[in-house]
This record gives sequence, structure tokens and C-alpha cells, in this order.
Amino acid sequence: MSKPIEINEQQFQEKVLDSREPVLVDFWADWCGPCRMVAPVLEEIAGDYGEKIKVVKVNVDESPATASRYGVMSIPTMILFKNGELLSTIVGFRQKEELKKIIDSNI
Amino acid sequence: MPPDIEGKKVYDLLILGAGPAGLTAAIYGRRADLSVLVLEQMTPGGEITSSDHLDNYPGFPEGISGVDFGLSLEKQALRFGAEIVFASIEKADVLGDIKKISTSGGDFYGRTVVVATGTVPNLLGVPGEELLRGRGISFCATCDGPFFHDGKVAVIGGGDAAVKEALYLTRFVDQIYLIHRRDKLRAVSFLQDQILRHPKVQVLWDTIVKSFDGDQQLEKITIENLKDSTTSELPVDGAFLYVGRIPNTSFLNGLETDKQGYIITNEETETSVPGVFAAGDVRRKFLRQVITAASDGAVAAMMAVDFLEPI
Repeated sequence: MSKPIEINEQQFQEKVLDSREPVLVDFWADWCGPCRMVAPVLEEIAGDYGEKIKVVKVNVDESPATASRYGVMSIPTMILFKNGELLSTIVGFRQKEELKKIIDSNI
Repeated sequence: MPPDIEGKKVYDLLILGAGPAGLTAAIYGRRADLSVLVLEQMTPGGEITSSDHLDNYPGFPEGISGVDFGLSLEKQALRFGAEIVFASIEKADVLGDIKKISTSGGDFYGRTVVVATGTVPNLLGVPGEELLRGRGISFCATCDGPFFHDGKVAVIGGGDAAVKEALYLTRFVDQIYLIHRRDKLRAVSFLQDQILRHPKVQVLWDTIVKSFDGDQQLEKITIENLKDSTTSELPVDGAFLYVGRIPNTSFLNGLETDKQGYIITNEETETSVPGVFAAGDVRRKFLRQVITAASDGAVAAMMAVDFLEPI
């Protein structure tokens, strides 16, 4: 079963922008309560979609440049990428079904 | 027990909202052996989950984080066998004997309903507010405060929430402007004492926000001083809005409310409609706190028991 993977600033190009599959990036931090609530939802998403999409997690404290490049100023923020392009930005907690709708309408 | 409707179960107790009121109602309802479904559109725990620390709930001598408290409530309700469905409520048809709740996840039916949908943040309704939401404008200091490390932020409001969150933000930011439309704060005095003495905080009295300005993100706020009607620009990195809250009842019809939309109940949480109870912040009441929400939830569930099986 697929699981969300944690990546750092150096891996962003390879794991996200150069990825063959669409990638859902979760920008998060330890101090963010709602991020803790998003985490189990993203695990389910990763499991449900299997190989169809990748779910990666970017810690905004450890990857501040990446967070700031995509204008992340509120977390959780989830950004969907495909072929290196930003398809959709989701700010704030979402339930699984809502996230799936956004993913399905974009990929 | 009424038959299923369209193949769907009719719950004894349908609870709208999984905050402290709704989840307490779920716990009490299940313990009284009612079938219970809770509908929630965001996160379990309700508004308290956006609070860094819940410090005034009895039994937690060191306090507890809002998120931990919310997750514990959910766990407890699930332990007693309550079902929770995450969906947003579109319409509540509660006037008949069988109440029908239409949601983004389908229709649900119940013989009784507890409305525990809480409140949503009020907006100022000024230009730039919608556009820059999440791009510098925030309603949650706990969530977004650390993005403004060493920056300048505005906090708008003068009540407990505004002052408490402004004090929380002093941990991260360099400078806070507390923008308040009156010449004194509404917050309780011990919070006022702290904020007025804080070296990082400057209070802008008698001041309102005219617009939030910025291209991709918030760059400045245009403010007006109500005393001398002068307008000026305040460069900031972020703005946190705490200008009151409004009851979350737009999906409801036919319940008696006060002018602001809070549901009117008696002390037993009964609304103007039989079998419909209101609990927590959505109800007209004197004190909106986690403990009063939990208390309402317990009463509402036991009133539902009584309604279903009159002694």
C-alpha cells in the first residue's frame, strides 16, 4: 500500500516536479494542529490511489524556500502538481471525499 | 421504530456538528442506547481545535491542546458506538416527525435532531478580504502565526479572541498592530492588562479597516481613524481577523432564532420545533465555552431520550 513520503528541499525537483505521476504535496509543520488532522486523511488518499498519484509531505520549517516559492502562508496547504505544473491549491483542512473530488477533476 | 426510508436507516438521534456539544450529545445518546449519527463538515472537535491551548476546562490541571481535546472527544464518542460521517450539510428539513438532513454525502434521517453547528468567523466585508484569505489574511493564529516570524502583523478586533491571539502571536512576530474600532477593549481585564503592557503591541484605537491590499499576498492595510476621519496605509505581512462570529444555521428553516440568528431554546435545549434541540455556541446563551457546549450536549441527548420514550 502506498504511503505519503516525507521529502526535503533538495528532493522537491525530482520527487515532485519531475514526477511522472501527479503529486499531491502537503505543506505541514509540527506546531500546526489541523495538519495533524489532515495526516490520516492523506494516508487514506495515498492508499486509495495507489500508483495513480504520489502523496508527499513537505515540512515548512525544514523547507522554507519551497513553501515560500509556492506562496504557502497558511497550513495545511495542499498543492496538486502534474508534469511539474501546479494544478490546484487547497488551503485548510478538507475531508477525504472533497480532496478526492479535487484530485479526480484535475488528473 | 419507523421503517427505513429509501433503504436508509432512520437514526434515533441525528447530531449536526462534531464539536464539544455534538460529541457530548453523541456520548450521552449512545450510553442511553440510542442509535446516533454525527454529521461534520470539517474536523472533529469544532472551534476549539484552532486554539493552541484549552486552559479552563476542569480536570486538565495543565490545560490541553485544542486539537488533542477534539481528537479525544471523537475517540470517546466512537468508543460508545456513535457513527460520524464527514459531509457538509446543505439543507435540514426538521419540521416533520422524521427529520431529513441533506448533505454532500447524501440524505440522512433521524427521529430527533441536535443542532450543534456552532459559529463561523465573521468577515469585515471590505475589498481584498476574500482574495487574500490564506495569502496573509488568517483566522487562526495557532495555524499560521509562525509564518510571520520577525514580521509585522495586524490583529483586528477587541474581544477576548482578538487579544488572546494577539498575545499568542507575540511569540513569533516583531510588531503587532491591534486594530480596534472603539476606544476601549471588550476583552476581560487580565488579558487587557497583558496586551496593553506588551512592548511588541501597538493598539490603534478608533480605527477600522477600509481594505486589504496586495497582489499575490497581503502587503498593506488601508485603515481609517474614526475620530479624525484620516486614512492611512499600514504595511503588514499578515492580518488576523477576530471580529466576532455568526451562528452557522444557513441550512436551517423554521426554527425560532434571535436577531443575530442564534437558535432560541429553553434551559432544556428544546427549540421551537418538537424533537429538535440546539446545543453549544449555535444556541442563544450567556456564555459560549467548551464546558457550556458539553453541558448543552448532555442535556440535549437526554431530552432526545425523553422525547423518544416519554416516561
